[in-house]
Amino acid sequence: MTKEEALFTYLLRRADDTLILGHRLSEWCGHGPILEEDIALTNLSLDLIGQCTSYFQYAAQIEGKGRTEDDLAFLRIEKDYVNCLMVEQPNGDFGKTITRQFFYDVYHKLLLEALVNSKDEQLSAIAEKSLKEVKYHLRHSSEWMIRLGDGTEESHERMQNAVDDISRFIDELFYKDQVDEMLIKEGIIPDSADFRAAYDAYVTEVLEEATLQLPEKMWQLSGGRKGVHSEHLGYLLAELQYMQRTYPNMEW
Amino acid sequence: MKEINITELERKFQEKIDNDIKIEPNDWMPEEYRQTLIRQISQHAHSEIVGQLPEGNWVTRAPNLRRKAVLLAKIQDEAGHGLYLYSAVETLGADREQTMDDLHSGKAKYSSIFNYPALTWADMGMIGWLVDGAAIMNQVPLCRCSYGPYARAMVRVCKEESFHQRQGYEIVTQLAQGTPEQKAMAQESLDRWWWPALMMFGPSDKDSKHTAQSMKWKIKRHTNDELRQQFVDVTVPQAELIGLKVPDADLKFNEATGHYDFGDINWDEFWQVVAGHGPCNKERVAARKRAKEEGMWVREAANAYAEKRAKRKAS
Ligand SMILES: [Fe+2]
Ligand SMILES: [Fe+2]
Repeated sequence: MTKEEALFTYLLRRADDTLILGHRLSEWCGHGPILEEDIALTNLSLDLIGQCTSYFQYAAQIEGKGRTEDDLAFLRIEKDYVNCLMVEQPNGDFGKTITRQFFYDVYHKLLLEALVNSKDEQLSAIAEKSLKEVKYHLRHSSEWMIRLGDGTEESHERMQNAVDDISRFIDELFYKDQVDEMLIKEGIIPDSADFRAAYDAYVTEVLEEATLQLPEKMWQLSGGRKGVHSEHLGYLLAELQYMQRTYPNMEW
Repeated sequence: MKEINITELERKFQEKIDNDIKIEPNDWMPEEYRQTLIRQISQHAHSEIVGQLPEGNWVTRAPNLRRKAVLLAKIQDEAGHGLYLYSAVETLGADREQTMDDLHSGKAKYSSIFNYPALTWADMGMIGWLVDGAAIMNQVPLCRCSYGPYARAMVRVCKEESFHQRQGYEIVTQLAQGTPEQKAMAQESLDRWWWPALMMFGPSDKDSKHTAQSMKWKIKRHTNDELRQQFVDVTVPQAELIGLKVPDADLKFNEATGHYDFGDINWDEFWQVVAGHGPCNKERVAARKRAKEEGMWVREAANAYAEKRAKRKAS
């Protein structure tokens, strides 16, 4: 594996996380619990789709085979998508969407804060721009975790169930393989182990205020980074890819 | 004695209107003026909110990343329009939740256009080009509406709507200049949306029961038929420019009047759709109702939390 190949894979992981999470959020359009949240969720989705576009463009450039950002986003087969399992989980109710968002946002913010120092200028620039947005995402999801966790009995129960469910996908956020090892050595990406403690501390702090609890260590699911997904992703991709598959080779 | 006072107030009110002085929330206004505005502005707000649904139906299937982002931004704008319009309704003493309940019960209306289905990607272009285009025709004059909060909301809304209209036309143009399949997709979409778009201006002047009074109050500045004509005059050349055919055998430029003559609108269809019998009325209202019901626990929790916090602060 060359450094370029490693970087390509890494960029796809970033791109796929943001694409799939952005796509999930877009499923909420027009169906949010209050108008302000319709606007907020659409806004998060828009940020993430913008971020994935930057990563895909850079990935396409690194690959150098003439593929475009849209080819990468829309025309791979399922096992070539390398997003983590957390982001592809279905929206569920608003509480589950917020919980998924929260657990991802905490990681996302810590990652971007470190990625800003990448020796790769382009990656550092994308991280810097994204970080501004993701700080807001995290504030939004943290506030809702607290509000819903410490709201009514019903909301508390819904949130605790969501936490139990989504916390099964936390370890995968910190997954590492040769791709990461190589890029860490080169100073292109941070070692995610370095911010694991900060992750746990922040999560614990917010959950405590929300009167919620992380369950006893649950069996952790993984596979997304190697292209082994949940059953949910196939349906998401069928929708996402519909136009490109039905009408190949056209400009839109 | 009281009678005279009211008459005097009404006279002063109309004088302000005649002199183009804006009416503000705390000013005296005739009850009927208030009710007309509540009805019209909330109808407008509902249209923005229901309008998210046909577009939300395609945002997950947008054909590329750029289109997906642009469509998301548009949907976000529409929700924002809804938000400031509901705020404008509230300045008239109406309650946002109550207004929304009227939508769910079928008492309040929204633009009939959103009761037509969005079936292809071309419809995302057509909605921007025709629907936002027609909305602009309706709304630009509202920037000079006599009621201050509504007029000011419209200034911002119109800027964004004209951006939507351009984006929509760009989508349609791309299709019209694309492959034969894409061109056919655009034409088929125009065939479905053209007449419903003309219906967006409301009933013909002779059947419009609110027009005369609304014009006197400067809530409205042009009649439905005037606006519809303006829309046809602007839009037909845009269709010709990109090689699409407007589905109206009677459409013809009239040299004498300088306007396009066009065929008869199917008013039976219009009234049926308004009465709730269009292709998507049931789905649209059901989707909004479901959003409200499924979000109930969220709103309750947010209120409960706010109360707890206030108490903790107090103690
Ligand atoms: Fe709008
Ligand atoms: Fe619009």
